Amino acid sequence: MSPSQRKSVPLRFALYALMAALALVFLFPFLFMVASSFKTNDAIFADLESIRALLPVGALTADNYVHAFERGNIGHYMFNSVLVTVITVGLGLVVNSMAAFSLARMEWRGKQAVLTLLVILLVVPFEAISVPLMLLVSKLPGLAFDGSALVWTRSWLDTLYVQIIPFIANAFSIFLFYQFFRDIPKDFDEAAYVDGATPFQVYRHVIVPSSLPVFATVTILQALAMWNQYLWPLITVPGESARPLMVGMQQFFGARRTAWGEVMAYAALITVPVLIAFIFFQRWFVRSVIGSGVKG
Amino acid sequence: MPATVELRDVRKSYGAVDIIKGVSLTVAPGEFVVFVGPSGCGKSTLLRMIAGLEEITAGEVLFDGNIVNDLDPARRRVGMVFQSYALYPHMTVEQNIGFGLKLAKKPAAELKARVEEALRVLQLTALRHHKPSQLSGGQRQRVAIGRAIVRKPNVFLFDEPLSNLDASLRGQMRMEIGKLHQTLKNTVIYVTHDQVEAMTLADRIVVFEGGYIRQVGTPMELYERPANRFVAGFIGTPTMGFLETVAAHRCVEGLALSLAAGQPPIATLPASEPLPGGTAVTLGIRPEHCRISDPDTAVLVGTVLMLERLGADTFAFVDLPGTATPLAVRLGTRDRGISPGQRVGFDFDPASAHLFDAEGNSLSSTAC
Repeated sequence: MSPSQRKSVPLRFALYALMAALALVFLFPFLFMVASSFKTNDAIFADLESIRALLPVGALTADNYVHAFERGNIGHYMFNSVLVTVITVGLGLVVNSMAAFSLARMEWRGKQAVLTLLVILLVVPFEAISVPLMLLVSKLPGLAFDGSALVWTRSWLDTLYVQIIPFIANAFSIFLFYQFFRDIPKDFDEAAYVDGATPFQVYRHVIVPSSLPVFATVTILQALAMWNQYLWPLITVPGESARPLMVGMQQFFGARRTAWGEVMAYAALITVPVLIAFIFFQRWFVRSVIGSGVKG
Repeated sequence: MPATVELRDVRKSYGAVDIIKGVSLTVAPGEFVVFVGPSGCGKSTLLRMIAGLEEITAGEVLFDGNIVNDLDPARRRVGMVFQSYALYPHMTVEQNIGFGLKLAKKPAAELKARVEEALRVLQLTALRHHKPSQLSGGQRQRVAIGRAIVRKPNVFLFDEPLSNLDASLRGQMRMEIGKLHQTLKNTVIYVTHDQVEAMTLADRIVVFEGGYIRQVGTPMELYERPANRFVAGFIGTPTMGFLETVAAHRCVEGLALSLAAGQPPIATLPASEPLPGGTAVTLGIRPEHCRISDPDTAVLVGTVLMLERLGADTFAFVDLPGTATPLAVRLGTRDRGISPGQRVGFDFDPASAHLFDAEGNSLSSTAC
């Protein structure tokens, strides 16, 4: 071992200790959620001020999970959430990457203005536009399935597509694609044009296959955002039929006593898909967070 | 079929900046023409305009007599090899070469046959399933050429294709491109800033400077009869040396030149036109037309700054009083003892020297 390596051991130990402590801080809520999901309400409150709150100790029960399934209609909500997430992300990948392609790889009048608008959109929080957007969709004519046929409705409220359509085009996704596409050498496009490609063929055969990392990044970030949607479905989906998982949790908070064990069991269940996805795609998750320059 | 390429007063501007300032040129079918010039002279821009990748501000580009200004690159039937090779990283060698044919929706059997032929000609058959990242620079270069030839274009365009290769590979690829042209006999327009490439490959060289053509000619025409000081300095390695002189008087043998007014003449040269005494002229001397001599008897005396040993030849760079850059001298076998810092005489053959006026235009005529 070289002197420099020997010297760095205490420093490395301190660094790892600090990182472990930080990881624990982020792990505490998760441990609390899992541990509490197996406890009764009384046990949760009794353990609250000790380390037992984070540990599966005492009289453990799976009843909370049974009740969560019974009260929460979790299968239906999960179907809605998966559908909304998959369709929004799928269409978003196509629409946003094509928009970014035209911004990054083609020349057209007004491009700079659109880019500026895009950057402005990045800094506007969704909460600021949610109410005007809700008023807008509440007056848009739409289609609904009334049990036997599709019928015209006078509003988009309480539908699945009100949770999908406004989120397909996404300024942040366009920006991520734009940054990546901009750095691909222009020679690729030009070689393809000389080979006889149209702009769409350049996008389809040259740019998309060369950009799989950014597609993975956008998929992960968009899917997480869609899965975790709460405010928008809360204000636009009052009924049960189109309700997503996140909003489904609110029915555990009644006027009377809240069943925290069931809340935790429900929260644990809706975290499971994300957790599985994280375990399988850990490498891409980390890359996407680093690559996008955003917080996870 | 090899095409004729004609440029008629072609111009290119980006806003107020003029890049190509009026270029007219005709490239004959099957001819290998090399555009050469320093960085920023507009040669690559002009090539891209011929390819259809760059809009033409003014003038006309014609292929076989038809104006192609508004045709997109594919419809011009050109094949282009880029400096960066521009191989699609996700495709194999085979897929890269066949991409253009696939876009053109050629029947599968024809596509396969033409790709096979390109792979065979370029000796890439064994590498057909490799991705570009698994290839060496020379192999990538060959794939890029394969992609261009497989579509059987009328005109081949090469944009500095060898500049990313090391010196030995560059020499090898130069030979392969030359052989390929002899086999395919296509019209080729080739851009480079390397005058060795230009001299070895070209039927004709077009020398560019500042958006203008400075001279068009065969390699040896440009070397032996440069039309101006820029071409004289650009073509040849080491470059032609220049001495600033003044015309002293005209005699029977030609024009007598001195280093300064009132000084004895250093040489008498044939000149194309009479010049009044005192006119500033530049004397251009190729390294092979001068020699080291005894400093005690020579008219010009200088100091050897450095030696450049290239194996077959050794060049001495001699710093003469009043010259901005040292002049290269090709040393003979008797000059083995020459070393840097040595005071030497500088002698040259006036009949082989070149004369340029204050604007840099050639004043040389045939020897008298």
